[in-house]
Amino acid sequence: MSFEWVVIIIQENWPMFLRGAGMTLLISLVGTIIGTIIGLLIGVIRTIPIPEHGAKKGMLKVLNAILSIYIEFFRGTPMIVQAMVIYYGSALAFGMDMDRIAAAIFIVSINTGAYMAEIVRGGIVSIDKGQFEAAHAIGMNHFQTMMNVVLPQTFRNILPATGNQFVINIKDTSVLNVISVSELFFQTKSIAGNNFRYFESFFVASILYLIMTFTVTRILRFVEKRMDGPDNYDLIKIGTNSRGEKI
Amino acid sequence: MTTIIDIQHLSKSFGTHEVLKDINFSVKKGEVVCIIGSSGSGKSTLLRCVNLLEQPSGGAIIYHNENILDNNHDINAYRTKLGMVFQQFNLFNNHNVLNNCVVGQVKVLKRSKEEAEKIAKKYLKVVGMDQYVNAKPKQLSGGQKQRVAIARALSMEPDVMLFDEPTSALDPEMVDEVLKVMKQLAESGLTMLIVTHEMGFAKEVSDWVVFMDQGVIAEEGTPEQIFNNPTGERTRTFLKRTLKTN
Repeated sequence: MSFEWVVIIIQENWPMFLRGAGMTLLISLVGTIIGTIIGLLIGVIRTIPIPEHGAKKGMLKVLNAILSIYIEFFRGTPMIVQAMVIYYGSALAFGMDMDRIAAAIFIVSINTGAYMAEIVRGGIVSIDKGQFEAAHAIGMNHFQTMMNVVLPQTFRNILPATGNQFVINIKDTSVLNVISVSELFFQTKSIAGNNFRYFESFFVASILYLIMTFTVTRILRFVEKRMDGPDNYDLIKIGTNSRGEKI
Repeated sequence: MTTIIDIQHLSKSFGTHEVLKDINFSVKKGEVVCIIGSSGSGKSTLLRCVNLLEQPSGGAIIYHNENILDNNHDINAYRTKLGMVFQQFNLFNNHNVLNNCVVGQVKVLKRSKEEAEKIAKKYLKVVGMDQYVNAKPKQLSGGQKQRVAIARALSMEPDVMLFDEPTSALDPEMVDEVLKVMKQLAESGLTMLIVTHEMGFAKEVSDWVVFMDQGVIAEEGTPEQIFNNPTGERTRTFLKRTLKTN
């Protein structure tokens, strides 16, 4: 190990490292956001109370079955394999060359969606039944109940798990180098391929990964605190203005 | 007096267990009806059947000459006409006090935000919680939460208010503040259907008392009849037992 080599590699290749890190962040951030939205949507659909009869019942059952297959497939296969299947499969099936970055975001999103769907469902189930009943009792339908009462609370509850998923995505985007997406791992491999300093190059990459995951964790902690709001509240003084005078 | 809600031959089973059997009663405009009875007698289930939080197994609920249990009836529109107050308050945890009373008006009744806030503040004042508009539910005591829950239901300006044991989850000293608000509402002519264990309160405010036992209405009548001259054996036993413990 030579510390000088690490310095030299950084000096010579920092734009490539930064571009790689930027790409990793972009793919994992967009993937996590879209994945969370997918998860929330599936969570809402899968908690629709199934009526006892009618066409709606059949439709919901079919929809739930499709969603189950989606979740089982993407949770049950490695992302590196999904990347190969989707990227080369789309080329074979539709004769189109997917944009690599778009393909990467697509793969991370639907993969995250499958995991988030279960996390969201757990989050919705953990909300007190009374919250649903109170919303229904004032005449809200399922979607109004979800949007105005349940999902805001669910979102707060699943935020730690979402952050966890984001951190996993930052690391796991490295498997996308198999479809030649220029994220951090791919860039590092190119750098090391040029200078044959594998250890030093990947040492730099590991530090960059660590900085990204650590920063994301801290930011999410801060967001969680902000969402909880202040512990104090002010009473409104009735019949007086801000100076305490009668009005 | 016009009948607002008429319950006919209502029944409810959970699996093979029959909780309510052939219930018939009605609530008239401006009337306060109290449902009393021991735990497990089906009185909460009955109240929850009235606004369809429980789906009745049979019978009819007639509201404005329409059977709510008909298949294609708009349940959500019907529910806006019934204000519900729960034993466990069930305030929306993600909203502050004011928004708890506003969100239903804006999203369900499609009122403007300004109008909804004005109405919400009016009813928060009625329950004495207008100072707390910015507080979150977790920052309030049980009695305060329940008063906000009452204001939330009133803000929808319903035809009938349903109370499901509104003081059962409260500390003794907080029971009074909630009962005081309810008495005030009763005096203002609001139609109320109340499930309660507070016998003194029931005797004082109600126009009609329904005594339930083992899933049926065992006796009903004016408070004088029920509390002073109950005819049924079960009513007498129940009252003797509860009045002794009170």
